[in-house]
Amino acid sequence: MVSTDFSYRLWRHDGTPGELIPLLQSAQEHFGYIPRRAIRYISEVTKTPESKIYGVITFYSQFRLQPMGKNVIRLCTGTACHVANSGMLLDTLQDELGVEVGGTTEDGVFTLFSVACIGCCSLAPVMMVNDDTQGKLTPAATRKIVRKIRRQTLASERQAQATSDAETAPAAD
Amino acid sequence: MRKILVGMSTCGMSAGAKDTYARLESLLPADSPHELTITGCIGMCFREPLVEIREGSTRTIYGDVDPARAEEIFEKHIQGGQEIPEYIIYKIEDDQPTGGQELNFLAGQQRIVLRNCGLINPESIDDYEARGGYQATRKAIAEMEPTQIIEEMKTSGLRGRGGAGFPTGLKWSFAAGYDGEAKYVVCNADEGDPGAFMDRSVLEGDPHAVLEGMIICARAIGGTHGYIYCRAEYPLAIHRLELAIEAARERGYLGPDIMGSGFSFDISIKQGAGAFVCGEETALFASIEGERGMPRIRPPFPAESGVFGQPTNNNNVETYANVPWIINNGGQAYRAFGTEKSPGTKVFALAGKIAKGGLAEVPMGMTIEEILFGIGGGIKDGREFKAVQMGGPSGGCIPAALKQTPVDFENIPKTGAIMGSGGMVVMDDTTCMVDMARFFLTFTQDESCGKCTFCRIGTLRMLEILERITRGEGQPGDVEALTELGGRIKEASLCGLGQTAPNPVLSTIRYYMDEFKAHIEDHSCPAGNCPALVDFVIDPEKCNGCSACAKNCPVEAISGTLKHPFVIDTEACVQCGKCITSCSFDAIFKTGKKVAAR
Repeated sequence: MVSTDFSYRLWRHDGTPGELIPLLQSAQEHFGYIPRRAIRYISEVTKTPESKIYGVITFYSQFRLQPMGKNVIRLCTGTACHVANSGMLLDTLQDELGVEVGGTTEDGVFTLFSVACIGCCSLAPVMMVNDDTQGKLTPAATRKIVRKIRRQTLASERQAQATSDAETAPAAD
Repeated sequence: MRKILVGMSTCGMSAGAKDTYARLESLLPADSPHELTITGCIGMCFREPLVEIREGSTRTIYGDVDPARAEEIFEKHIQGGQEIPEYIIYKIEDDQPTGGQELNFLAGQQRIVLRNCGLINPESIDDYEARGGYQATRKAIAEMEPTQIIEEMKTSGLRGRGGAGFPTGLKWSFAAGYDGEAKYVVCNADEGDPGAFMDRSVLEGDPHAVLEGMIICARAIGGTHGYIYCRAEYPLAIHRLELAIEAARERGYLGPDIMGSGFSFDISIKQGAGAFVCGEETALFASIEGERGMPRIRPPFPAESGVFGQPTNNNNVETYANVPWIINNGGQAYRAFGTEKSPGTKVFALAGKIAKGGLAEVPMGMTIEEILFGIGGGIKDGREFKAVQMGGPSGGCIPAALKQTPVDFENIPKTGAIMGSGGMVVMDDTTCMVDMARFFLTFTQDESCGKCTFCRIGTLRMLEILERITRGEGQPGDVEALTELGGRIKEASLCGLGQTAPNPVLSTIRYYMDEFKAHIEDHSCPAGNCPALVDFVIDPEKCNGCSACAKNCPVEAISGTLKHPFVIDTEACVQCGKCITSCSFDAIFKTGKKVAAR
């Protein structure tokens, strides 16, 4: 969609106040995180100091300055999920993935986040893997889901690798 | 012809409504006389996915419809015209509920805000107009003077549904009284309270009602532009709002010279970026302006100086969704519901240890018991009702003994909780109240924007004390320290977040002092929740003797022979919980009431 495209938004920017956060959001959508160069572009176009942009980025939990894993896990730690023992799931995920909240696994397959409430309280405890919501979880079920996705991700990577190796044409970029 | 409606809001989709819809779509031939469409949330989250078959004025709603059940319903009911009574959760004939397993859930409700949720396709403006949509806008623009609109709102007695309960008509009259280069109408859709999802359901199920409320408000106060500040965690709500705004522009309800009246107004969506404090109005304005979302000192109040320093009116989603109904039916009619000082209805999100979790809209003044037991079906698994948490991180826990309390703006604050935006999280006897206090403080501590010292540092000190208590390291004087810190934070914080952050702790101390004492003096958790204060036990029925737990135990407290149930030595156990999370069979559990002091 062109309207969310980062470069289009930058080009279109006409000095309307209040555009900083939407620009950062489209940068994150475009790059998967907010790289240094995006901050520089935004600074030039909006005439906002980079330091101020950095201040806004670090204030909001949505923005990330590091790239994310291929799959993003968002464990709900809202009230209803907490009452349904989501704390144990957090321990399980941290143990299974070997990362803390906010961290990305070494193989780049997963990034783990905790979120305040996804709003699916009747399915508690809940986690979102990318755009799919998984409900009524137990530690064992959580491990199964994570292992399955890891297998699938690695398999499709291998396949993609094999396909690109098979192609004789020089890789673009 | 039969109309088939699949409930497709976030909760329905997470329960598998997409698969159900896809199956029905594949079964339905292209030349079928029947119509398949989507609808919003009817509120019965506990029976999702839901499918409704509508034929004339008869509506049959089926629950727990997975693809297999969808196929059965397709064959028997959609094609054969034969109902399947054992799956029917609700049946309505000529607008009258006539049967179904969940008759009680909807029968006690009074749906004004949710009038269209679950009835219309939220992505179709035709559906909305067929239900009387945009008539209130026509009336407000063509037949009413702005002052009349405000008077009607005052007559209705509607109070802000975001939690504070400020009279809406009065608020509008303030904003009408100031002039500026621009005047903004803001809708706060930054529903951040964990355990609350009323606004999300309204936005996903009936977005035009919110737009209409904003248009009428703009007409009344002379608004020039509207902002809906919606949290980014609600992508479906944002998508449906975008569609609704576009459709409203096409029909001329938004944009320049609305319906030839010379009145111009448009709305844009601002996506939140993940900050709970942005639910506070001045922080929300800062965020719209592209700043760090930190609260500002009031006065000046938003009516005088809000977004970009211009006069601004800010209301919550549910408040705006009430407006079209009030304009159509009159303020007096609205007053027929609810109590003298809290007229109308309120939507509550029932969650936690409740049998029937979902959304319920009831007249104000209904008691807690009537809502939780009459509509919500009581406590899950037949356990004992302990408390209900209202108002999220700004509210408090109301103990079971006060279940006769009427739910309105007068009586709930007397219990130490607040009305809040409408989340009701139910707790049973396995919920540790000290842990709940710690939980809410973890949240507010994390979300404190850092502007006020007492909120920034005081909440951290409170959290440290609570963490110590739940670890069994509580000390005499801890409760007194919590109470004193809580009082100071409330006094010395600028915005609603800090002023209310200590509430969950203070209300828990008020009603559950015995649990604090048990943790501090006896080092025990009566609810069997706090890991450091309970015993870990292996269920021999579930354990298949794989030894995973024993391998993961850092203190070698687990022993057994392969393929036979393992045992935990509770004396050696350090309660780290690694065994529970490593078990593939969910065979290990915590058991409460570790009486012997360690």
